[in-house]
Amino acid sequence: MDLGHMKGSIPTPTPTPTSISARKATDMSSDQFPAGLRVLVVDDDPTCLKILEKMLQNCCYAVTKCNRAEIALSMLRENKNGFDIVLSDVHMPDMDGFKLLEQVGLEMDLPVIMMSADDGKNVVMKGVIHGACDYLIKPVRIEALRNLWQHVVRKRKTEWKDLEQSGSVDEGDREQNLSEGANYSSSAYEGSWNSSKRRRDAEEEPEERDDTSTLKKPRVVWSVELHQQFVAAVNQLGIDKAVPKKILELMNVPGLTRENVASHLQKYRLYLRRLSGVSPHQSNLNNSFINPQDPPFGSMGSFNGIDLQTLSVTGQLSPQSLAALQATGLRRPTAKSGISMALDQNNIFSFENPKLRFVEDQTQHLNNSKPVNLFHGIPTKMEPKQLANIQHPSVQPQGNINMQLNIKSEHGGTQLMHLSQQQTIGQTLGNSPASHLPRISSTLRKPIISGSVMRGNGTADNSHRPGYNLVSPTSVMVNYPMSQTTELSNNYSLQSNSSVSTLNCKGMFQEEISSDLKVSGGLMSSYDVFSDLPLQKSHDWDSQNVSTLAFGTFHHGNFIQDSFDISSSTLIHHGFPSSQTNGQNQNSSVVGKTVFSFSDSTQPENPQNIFQNSLLDPVEVKSQRIPDANYQTDLLSEDFGQDELLGVFIKQQQQGDNGSVDFSGYQTENICV
Amino acid sequence: MEVGLMQRQWVDYTKSLFLEDFLDSQFIELQKLQDEGNPDFIVEVVSLFFEDSERLLNDLTAAFDQPDVDFQKVDGHVHQLKGSSSSIGAQRVKNVCIAMRSFCEEQNIDGCLRCLQQLKQETCLVKNKLENLFRMEQQIVAAGGSIPSTELIF
Repeated sequence: MDLGHMKGSIPTPTPTPTSISARKATDMSSDQFPAGLRVLVVDDDPTCLKILEKMLQNCCYAVTKCNRAEIALSMLRENKNGFDIVLSDVHMPDMDGFKLLEQVGLEMDLPVIMMSADDGKNVVMKGVIHGACDYLIKPVRIEALRNLWQHVVRKRKTEWKDLEQSGSVDEGDREQNLSEGANYSSSAYEGSWNSSKRRRDAEEEPEERDDTSTLKKPRVVWSVELHQQFVAAVNQLGIDKAVPKKILELMNVPGLTRENVASHLQKYRLYLRRLSGVSPHQSNLNNSFINPQDPPFGSMGSFNGIDLQTLSVTGQLSPQSLAALQATGLRRPTAKSGISMALDQNNIFSFENPKLRFVEDQTQHLNNSKPVNLFHGIPTKMEPKQLANIQHPSVQPQGNINMQLNIKSEHGGTQLMHLSQQQTIGQTLGNSPASHLPRISSTLRKPIISGSVMRGNGTADNSHRPGYNLVSPTSVMVNYPMSQTTELSNNYSLQSNSSVSTLNCKGMFQEEISSDLKVSGGLMSSYDVFSDLPLQKSHDWDSQNVSTLAFGTFHHGNFIQDSFDISSSTLIHHGFPSSQTNGQNQNSSVVGKTVFSFSDSTQPENPQNIFQNSLLDPVEVKSQRIPDANYQTDLLSEDFGQDELLGVFIKQQQQGDNGSVDFSGYQTENICV
Repeated sequence: MEVGLMQRQWVDYTKSLFLEDFLDSQFIELQKLQDEGNPDFIVEVVSLFFEDSERLLNDLTAAFDQPDVDFQKVDGHVHQLKGSSSSIGAQRVKNVCIAMRSFCEEQNIDGCLRCLQQLKQETCLVKNKLENLFRMEQQIVAAGGSIPSTELIF
């Protein structure tokens, strides 16, 4: 075996390393490890190359020098197991260091350390993104080289772990999530939901994984307070001039990054757009929405007000805000309960109606009316309306469904429903913006929740679950489905989403959502996100329902989840976040992801995880999680471009068949009214 | 000249090089690498550097002689010079490289040319300084003395 001096480059006589390396050439695990570590150093600068070589030799490593990247590659190829680690300069005349990095990673899967005199953040980031194990700034000190072996060990450890788990660790997680989700869903709905969810999860998993693993960012939970701060900052700056950096400065929240704000802002913008784009109602978010639909729930009025405000705000809200809202909703049982109560009443009825409506006509209004009522109970009256208007009839059913679901679920349900709806929608849509919607919904939801509490739908207690919230979320969710909560929505759809989606979505999302999206469709409307998404088709829904929907969606998400078992909630979560975060494409994955993340605040990254969690804990856990998930959007958004999400959404919407609302898909039974 | 005196002179000279920023701590790192197995390590590395820098400076001069200055290429050369000068601890040279890079970004030919001139000067200066230092070291060793550890100077 090569003593480290093989092939090509100038072999450097180093007695100690040589003998050691000879022994160790084959296995690094001898007691002298890391001595004998076989290092290949590539640098076109002869001075640096010589210095590095000497330093590495002083570390008792077996060094091979190379001043050309191509030569290095050929050396590596000739002897696949000849080296343990590669050290490469970034700027080289014949080949870009990053390219070499990629090649080595692909072909030999060796750890690669990049070096450069350039310490600019962009360059370092590039290294990270291309998969460098580390990035050293020149001049390299020997201390930095002494611990080079850690990268080798780490990499091997990961490989073993992968093998053990028959796949990557991520896969393991994924599988876990899937199975968990499946389990959960089976408890609620079986068959299609599970399978679709699983399928979607599986599909989305890779995406999510890639996205999240690459840029794992701590999830920011957009609490109501935070969101209010955000909104205040945005209003202060003016929606047109509100740039993440300035908003961040104004908000002055420690630990909040510009990226968090940016993704939240995106969601918020979508929401606002949705509100204003759908119909004249939107402009008023605040009361016009609610009022038009005569809310069956008296309390709705008050809620509506809240919703509206929220909605208007949400225009600028990012999914995170929504998530926050949702979270709020979720976490405030009292608020919820009021809502749920309202929902209960409405849901039961509305559920049926919307469905019918949905099927019959695409006019959202019809559906809306029914769902609206439901929503009325919920602070977000507007949402139902919006849903109806914006999306298609399908939207409405969703809303209703959600509502019903919400009713069932205790706090969490609302949000879950909301989320799931969103998710489903999102998922269906794929990466459509729908995912954004869910998020928005969550944000919206929050206001609703509070609204409900205030109003007192009745039961301020937790037990009731903000039915109101649910309602609205539902509607929102319906729209949302478009957003593609992807995975999440899938789940949700399975349980609720699917049902919902089928019910509502048909009209709403048609294209994409078909099942899940439907729900989200509702969400979408409330969200600006949705507006970007294909949902735009369902403008009326958007305009009006955006706000309400958003809320509704949120709530519903929660609700649904509860009722359906986490799966739905998960969906909602997912759907929600994804819509918000990514533009559209990623929605499915994103959504799923987002949702998961939200639902499971502890697992920001892996949508799957989130999903699992949500699935696992339908009640409480989920509900609470959902908000997180929703806010995960920043996670999503960061991972995925919001534009992508939107794009997906839109695409989905377009693809879907807006007109066909198929309630049949929706499992009314599941709703557990 | 007696060894003690030579050693003291060497110490003073080394101190001045550091104080005047001709050299920085990286040079000390290099000195640590030198051992009995590689007694000429520093000399070899420094020689390599001056060969390389000469080549780079010529390339830079040629680049600015072009009617259309290819700033990307210029930047590449400067970047390389920055890397190698920092590796041996030639601080002043490195600093000029940094300044030149920003001129390159601005595509400021005058600024670049001024920096290029400075680079040539600084490279020449540090080369002379190091040559003196090595000569002194050779004399000490020839006289039977040993070269004090740079670390202990500071």
